[in-house]
Amino acid sequence: MFNYTFQWKQALARLPQMLDGALVTMQIALLSMAIGILLAIVLTMFRLSGIRVLSAIARTWVEIARNTPALFQIYMAHFGLGSFGIYLSPFASILLGITFNNAGYLTENFRGALKAIPDTQARAARSLGFPQAGAFRYVVLPQMLRIAFLPMTNQMVWAILMTSLGVTVGMNSDLYGVTQDLNALTFRTFELFALAAVIFYVITKAITLGARLIAARLFRY
Amino acid sequence: MIEIENVRKSFGTLEVLKGIDLTVQKGEVVTVIGGSGSGKSTLLTCINGLEPIDSGRILVDGTEVHAKATDLNRLRRKIGIVFQQFNAFPHLTVLENVMLAQVKVLKRPKAEAEAEAVKQLNHVGLGDKLAVYPSRLSGGQQQRMAIARALAMSPGYMLFDEVTSALDPQLVGEVLDTLRMLAREGMTMICVTHEMKFAREVSDRVAFFHKGVMAEIAPPDHLFGAPRDPELQKFLSATH
Repeated sequence: MFNYTFQWKQALARLPQMLDGALVTMQIALLSMAIGILLAIVLTMFRLSGIRVLSAIARTWVEIARNTPALFQIYMAHFGLGSFGIYLSPFASILLGITFNNAGYLTENFRGALKAIPDTQARAARSLGFPQAGAFRYVVLPQMLRIAFLPMTNQMVWAILMTSLGVTVGMNSDLYGVTQDLNALTFRTFELFALAAVIFYVITKAITLGARLIAARLFRY
Repeated sequence: MIEIENVRKSFGTLEVLKGIDLTVQKGEVVTVIGGSGSGKSTLLTCINGLEPIDSGRILVDGTEVHAKATDLNRLRRKIGIVFQQFNAFPHLTVLENVMLAQVKVLKRPKAEAEAEAVKQLNHVGLGDKLAVYPSRLSGGQQQRMAIARALAMSPGYMLFDEVTSALDPQLVGEVLDTLRMLAREGMTMICVTHEMKFAREVSDRVAFFHKGVMAEIAPPDHLFGAPRDPELQKFLSATH
């Protein structure tokens, strides 16, 4: 039944190429998180603004990001926009798709975090003469980011894993794409993808541990 | 000077302020007593413009609080307010709590803001807690920090909204002592309080609110010694 001969050496020989791919994967995830967090802050402010158009934009974004497959979002960034004559490179498409997804999920996380902050905090800040934006920036936002820190870490892990969807839009320089190409060259399918899985695991584990260290340094209250 | 002229305010169908008139002179200490729901706390949040009013007007140093052209953020710098809930900013140390608005709102240089913060914190007896986060403070200490935070803005007026109501009984004294000290120093204050003994001691005048109306206002000796309003008589006999 099992007549497959493992050839780990062949796969390990490709490790340097795969690690280069891992760097690209981390790059996409980091960028998509950084932009995603900024967008989520903006969308959160849209939601709080009380201006109907803005809160509708935020609501729609969150609804689509959370209730459709990430693959669909990445497809739309590449082939969807392509239909309108906007052609993004695979890298830009995957970055756009994941960023869109991140921003949606994070906005929802921020909403939950805001609920945990009493209204009296903003009121106290306003009483000290802060305008609305200043009260948000200096009093509410830091507390919100702290409460949402753990969900943000989860989203970062999710962003790393989502990069694997890039192959569907022709991405071949990230970890998953590189592995796929090597597989086509060598047919060491099990070994290569097992190795890729280990690398994914190590990256996400490092993120979780790193986040814990950052939290300990940042949140001493 | 704070001038309150025929102020009316409703929440939905409930009228909580039914035509309040009150003038507080510079240096005066006015305490407001009355049952819950009598409108006394609402009056304070109307004075600093946190709540809109339906009619009448409130003037602070001649500036109409609820006029459209009034820059409320600027006006609020003059009016310190301390609430029942301490509202410490949990993500900042005690020192940072007191520095934040000085730096971001008044644009004071950091060194100056820090010196002012240290001075005010010493003043309220928290000079040894500068680097501590509020979660490590008792309720009374948090409330004194909130007072120092308001004082650091160099306000002309201080409003205190039942600042001891959320405190354990043994912590009430330290906060009231801080208020007494401010009163002695000549700070213009309006204190909404349930502490009758305190009201009697520090006030130039005491106002009794009942169901949205200022039923009586008089110097403490008169108000507590010879109350005329029947509701006030009931209130005082119930609280003694």
